Amino acid sequence: MSAIEIRNLVKTFGRTRALDGLDLSVETGEVHGFLGPNGAGKSTTLRVLLGLLRADSGAARLLGGDPWRDIATLHRRLAYVPGDVTLWPNLSGGEVIDLLGRLRGGLNERRRAELLERFELDPTKKGRAYSKGNRQKVALVAALASDVELLILDEPTSGLDPLMEEVFRECISDERARGRTVLLSSHILSEVEALCDRVSIIRDGRTVETGALSELRHLSRTSITAELDAAPNGLGGHAGVHDLHVDGAADGPTVRLDVDPAHLGDVLSELTKLGVRSLVSRPPTLEELFLRHYEPTRS
Amino acid sequence: MTQLLGTNALVQLGLRRDRIMIPVWLYALTAVVASTGYSYGQLYDTPAARLDFASAVATNGSTLAFYGHVYHADSIGGLTAWRLSGIGAAITAALTVLLVVRHTRADEEAGRLELIGAGVVGRYAPLTTGVLIALAADAALAGLVLIAQVAVGLPFAGAVAFSLGWFGAGLVFAAVAAVTAQIAETSRVANGLAFGVLGLAYLLRAIGDAGPSWASWLSPIGWSQQLRPYAGERWWVFALFVALAAVIGTVAYALVERRDIGAGLLPTRPGPATAAPTLRSPLALAWRLQRGLLAGWAVALLVYGAVIGGIADGINALVQDSKGTRDIITDMGGTKSLIDAFLATAAGLLGLAAAVYAVQAVLRLRTEETQQRAEPLLATRVGRIRWALSHVTIAVAGSVVLLALGGLSAGLAHGLRSDDVGHQLPRVLGGALAQLPATWVIAAVALALFGLRPRAVLASWGVVGACLLLWLLGPSVHLTQRAMDISPFTHIPKLPGSAFSTTPLAVLTVIAAVVAGAGLAGLRRRDIG
Repeated sequence: MSAIEIRNLVKTFGRTRALDGLDLSVETGEVHGFLGPNGAGKSTTLRVLLGLLRADSGAARLLGGDPWRDIATLHRRLAYVPGDVTLWPNLSGGEVIDLLGRLRGGLNERRRAELLERFELDPTKKGRAYSKGNRQKVALVAALASDVELLILDEPTSGLDPLMEEVFRECISDERARGRTVLLSSHILSEVEALCDRVSIIRDGRTVETGALSELRHLSRTSITAELDAAPNGLGGHAGVHDLHVDGAADGPTVRLDVDPAHLGDVLSELTKLGVRSLVSRPPTLEELFLRHYEPTRS
Repeated sequence: MTQLLGTNALVQLGLRRDRIMIPVWLYALTAVVASTGYSYGQLYDTPAARLDFASAVATNGSTLAFYGHVYHADSIGGLTAWRLSGIGAAITAALTVLLVVRHTRADEEAGRLELIGAGVVGRYAPLTTGVLIALAADAALAGLVLIAQVAVGLPFAGAVAFSLGWFGAGLVFAAVAAVTAQIAETSRVANGLAFGVLGLAYLLRAIGDAGPSWASWLSPIGWSQQLRPYAGERWWVFALFVALAAVIGTVAYALVERRDIGAGLLPTRPGPATAAPTLRSPLALAWRLQRGLLAGWAVALLVYGAVIGGIADGINALVQDSKGTRDIITDMGGTKSLIDAFLATAAGLLGLAAAVYAVQAVLRLRTEETQQRAEPLLATRVGRIRWALSHVTIAVAGSVVLLALGGLSAGLAHGLRSDDVGHQLPRVLGGALAQLPATWVIAAVALALFGLRPRAVLASWGVVGACLLLWLLGPSVHLTQRAMDISPFTHIPKLPGSAFSTTPLAVLTVIAAVVAGAGLAGLRRRDIG
């Protein structure tokens, strides 16, 4: 059974069409990446799922209920971390964690203590004294310490440092092992790659692609930029090579190309034969992916 | 001079941010001075009337404590200075504190100063900016007030001394606020500390005027009166302001050297690591967020009640020969007994004050929504109606508490002075509590705007302002009854003194409930955020 099922969702704010026929399906027990550039409609979708916004048309089902009508019963079973966490200036972090937990219907004290330690969060500081990352930790601890079926996380790592991002990833792995469903919105591809079973990619309020990461092969390609001794004749036709660009003089060209993981070794030895002066390899950024694969055909 | 680098640009930026707020303050205060000078000229147009008025003041302890002595009875300038030099100096000081803290600690707290501090800006520039902006506003105020007094025909030398008294208070409290802004880590605490000093200064002046006169000399507010505008000006007193401001200001700049940006000398105390067992409902949270606001209003209305109750019994003596003042009070109070009319008028103002509080309390909902603190709450089991009702409950209960406290304190003070507590306390308390339905109508309008037109919630303040204007000016400009009927406060029986009737109270309560219900229905249907 699906934990979340959205069909053809439309939401407009005045003239802006924030959601324009969005589809999303999240299976129970999976960690689902909800990927899109800023302003694609991720937060709007999550707010519709939380019953904060009313959709103009389309259907949304959440844990078998209607997110707008069945708030009281549904919200018992989910926890939410907003993208931009603001806290009450006069309440300490510990008070906010307890309050949100109690309002949700209970908090696991042991997990609360464990999470505070893992995230190295001081719960006695007042809301106004926390940095952005620490405010986010407060919301994360409050959500992760609740015994709920579904976690809805809106760009939860945007203020965390790399060490804490790692802690966050461990926590999500634990949640998966417990059998909880997680909907994780993000604009960072590597985060989604590391954590998610399946992803949905949205752009301009519409789902452009959805599936298991292994199916979306272009997401796991490696981008290579290399300075060579000789022109790379025939490289464009090589298996696993995509989007080849050649710049510069014939006796010292610079090439840019994307390579499928399965053919990375072959392509590298081809490059080596041509004489490599310098080489940079990295995963493609989400922005590049969007430019290459999801650029809408505009007139 | 490098320590002051960038001050010029920062002052320009600051003045631009305040281009509405400062002129509004200046206009309001100048208008008060001009209209007071003008109306005293009309009300007390003979030497005999002025002397009677002054002797009534001299024998009334509470009036002395509130305003001070009349130093020169036989002149309009002397009366104007009695009425406004001390209070005006305190208001100028308050304006100065708000401006200095707003441009120093508040900016620092919000992180804006960090952005600026990373640019080419000297260490002393931000503090200097705050002080300069405040002093510029004070100087403009002094100039306008000087012109206003001369324009209504008061002597030039007295007008200069009067204006210098206000400016001097501004000078001292700019320095005080500069210090508290260094000490406290938040603008609320910085303002609170400076207002505490201001309250103490006003209290010392009050003690000095009602009792031992040396106490006034300990207070900068007292100095404004000791400049003796229109009563043989003592110019040397102004040097006291300058000397004290210089000493306190030096302390402020020394503190700047000793602390980090963002930090204060009083650290914010850590809170509890776990929430109290009672913090488990939206109502408990709303109380936690709103109790400070209610406490502040409670203190203010307690003091207001005590002052009103203290003055009421002496009101006959104060206005006996002034038919104009008498008519204004009996028109507003709706009864021929001057004391009852005065108390009923005061009850009306209590009701308006409670309405201001109630609107503030209801609009907290909108703040919570726009600052995205409502979102995590509404993602829990808490429904939006229950969330909204939590703050509405605080607003309704808070208005009851405030009117009860104001009524009790006025009734008790008046009862004690007239040796008739048993009779007067319930009458005055009843007059205050009778205001509740009108207060609720105003709060309900704010809730309706929040539910139905959330972007227009600030219009609630327009509603409050319209009621205040009708209440304040309606009777004296003889507005038609139909125009007066727009304000719910017009329909409240004028107690004590007039006949009591439950019908208007019941009707207003029903109207408030219906309007509030419409607001909640709107909230149920609309988008949050």
